Amino acid sequence: MAHYKMLDGNCAAVEAIKMAKVKVVSAYPITPQSTIAEKLSEICENGELEAKYIRVESEHSAMSCAIGAQLTGVRTATATASVGLALMHEVVNVASGCRVPIVMPVVNRSLASPWSLWCDHQDSMAERDSGWLQLYCENVQDVYDTMIMAYRIAEDPRVLTPAMVCLDGFFLSHSMQKVMLPEQKEVDDFIGTYKVKNLHLDPSDPIVIDNLTGSNECTEMKYQQAIGFKNAEDVMEEVFNEFSQKFGRTKAMIEGYNLEEAEALIVCIGSMAGTAKYVSDILRDQGKKVGVLKIVSFRPFPYKKLREIIGNTKKLAVIDRTTGFGGQGAPLWLEVKSALKSDVLVKNYIAGLAGRDVNIETIKNVYTDILEGNDSDDPIWIDCGENVMNIREVLLND
Amino acid sequence: MLNQQETVMNKQKRFKIQGPCAYEFDSGNTGSWRIERPQVDFETCVKCGTCATYCPANVITIEKDKEICVDIMWDYCKGCGICANECPKQCITMVEERCGK
Amino acid sequence: MIDIKKESRGYIAHGVSACAGCGMELILRTVLNALGQDTTLVIPPGCSALFCGFGKETGLKVSTFQGNLENSAAYAAGIRAGYEVQGNNHSTVVAFAGDGGTLDIGLQSLSGMMERGDDVLYICYDNEAYMNTGIQGSSATPLGAWTTTTPTGKPVYKKDLLGIAMAHGIPYCASASVANIKDMTKKVEKAKSIQGPKLLHIHCPCPTGWGSAPSKSIEVSKKAVQTGAWVLYECEDGNIKLNNPPKELKAVQEYTKLQKRFSGINEEQLVALQMGITKNFERLMRMQAE
Repeated sequence: MAHYKMLDGNCAAVEAIKMAKVKVVSAYPITPQSTIAEKLSEICENGELEAKYIRVESEHSAMSCAIGAQLTGVRTATATASVGLALMHEVVNVASGCRVPIVMPVVNRSLASPWSLWCDHQDSMAERDSGWLQLYCENVQDVYDTMIMAYRIAEDPRVLTPAMVCLDGFFLSHSMQKVMLPEQKEVDDFIGTYKVKNLHLDPSDPIVIDNLTGSNECTEMKYQQAIGFKNAEDVMEEVFNEFSQKFGRTKAMIEGYNLEEAEALIVCIGSMAGTAKYVSDILRDQGKKVGVLKIVSFRPFPYKKLREIIGNTKKLAVIDRTTGFGGQGAPLWLEVKSALKSDVLVKNYIAGLAGRDVNIETIKNVYTDILEGNDSDDPIWIDCGENVMNIREVLLND
Repeated sequence: MLNQQETVMNKQKRFKIQGPCAYEFDSGNTGSWRIERPQVDFETCVKCGTCATYCPANVITIEKDKEICVDIMWDYCKGCGICANECPKQCITMVEERCGK
Repeated sequence: MIDIKKESRGYIAHGVSACAGCGMELILRTVLNALGQDTTLVIPPGCSALFCGFGKETGLKVSTFQGNLENSAAYAAGIRAGYEVQGNNHSTVVAFAGDGGTLDIGLQSLSGMMERGDDVLYICYDNEAYMNTGIQGSSATPLGAWTTTTPTGKPVYKKDLLGIAMAHGIPYCASASVANIKDMTKKVEKAKSIQGPKLLHIHCPCPTGWGSAPSKSIEVSKKAVQTGAWVLYECEDGNIKLNNPPKELKAVQEYTKLQKRFSGINEEQLVALQMGITKNFERLMRMQAE
């Protein structure tokens, strides 16, 4: 029987990996992902998961091992965070280019520098063009569910694209929550055993994979990937529906909350959506017509669905947990802005960098600004302190 | 197994593969690089096979029972001259490649 | 399955675009002849990637993955693991990388593979510089040798790969050279038969990068062995054995004079080069005796 269990986000990801019956695990520890690596090695060791654990010496090798192993025809697992994902960057692109549908939890953490152990989305946003699906989680149940669904989506022959399942470092990775876990049989029926659906390594059936390709064909191969992303939208719809029927929890590429006659909506990603929903409830009680749009799938970005879901709302406050230096806005804002007609005011708020709490006040301030503030489209660093340029002073030797 | 084998075993039913890969085993016409060609003095040759051992392109065959006992695949021989340099009997000479062979 | 357009003997096309007199071509042919069809290769970008071919054409008959420069060992470890969990313990997984991809950028993943004990045969063909990108110096470039990034001769000695391998305590590692194909074949076969990480470090003449005549590739390699600039030895379970070592080392000039890369070497560098070579040879002889 399906049952409840108290799990943190990392353990929920491990549960999903275990129930997906991966055969090879290669992971390298990095805060706040470390407990995923620990737990995986433990269950490989004690036989709970029949898999080989490769104790790699870097994230770069973690991804390389996973690619090599999955190319032989087995499901593999790895996980990372922050600078670990940055180190992987080179081979992250190999996985997608060779159409190896690895599912990888990314425990979101800020990128150095400055050094920070805490959550923002700079790490995964830096990989937004690396050819991976990106699904973001709101709570721990969501981590488990999204992981399970990600296998189906990534491995679908119409998609064949690896997937990052992004969970906010500490806010989710280390937060204990009640999670409904299905029976193994239900998961088996839902995901199925791994079957190679594309190029693979087999000494008795040799081909040469990933050799030099001419400019006459590279565009075509990249376009094949683009089609994979396009198909992923339909496949997600199918998988979300089936999941909802089988497991009773609904999911969508973009999820709305308090949308009725909304005057303004906060658009956000990840765990802060919970706070945003809570605040929108409070403000609704006060007669303010505000709601929330949570982007679940950042890649592919559901721009058509976004247009539909906002209805007649004319004010969107996009909160980015990353910087978007030198651009007109940060990554999420750019997507939202370019999806919509110019009669919608889309303002960008930079918040929650390096684990800075996006609390009730932050969200309230964002709602106040979008409802009452000016129409400027410069990004607003909503939680930035005073005297920014004077936070460090050293004595000069004259 | 959804096998790559299908691709060639059954030409009518090719299996589509996405992503970069190569499966046609082919050979470049590296013989066209040749500026000099090895000329073997078959009478001095002791058929020891040293030339074949060291040939990087593996284009030399020792035919012990034939008069032309050192057979060279001209389509691929780059004319590097290793065979001539290593021949213990020094019975291979590099001579100028004639146009059109 | 490989679709044969033009047949060849062995596992590699006869017409691959390696330079005339290339040692690497001879090495890979020798290696694959010894290993056979049941082999999976990991080849990083570099000269050896020429075998992988271009577009849908390839010069290889064995299953191959072209990796990145620094992670051949990691890809190989992953492939090995994938085979293992599917019950395939018979295929040989081989990483075939140059000195740059091994001693410089690939050292970390190689070290990881050796330390973990992955059942992988790692082969480094050492042509002592980044030849495919245009003869830039690597940590395997010998002292005094010209490259495009050591224009006045490399000021320091080359890195000791087998020393590093031995420090990992792997079951088998050996040096080899195109100077002795029989010896190389024997070592590949032995490596194949041993479980765990194996490393072969193979001296690889490069006429283009060394400024030697293509016809002299084997001669240069033999001179390297005779002068001690390249020592043929193997280390099995910690026991070092030199393979048919020269009774007396020839002067290093016998080796250097055949190559333009050493034409600018000054007296001081030459003395240092000779000293390094002699010391290394004596050190290995002592280690063998122990």
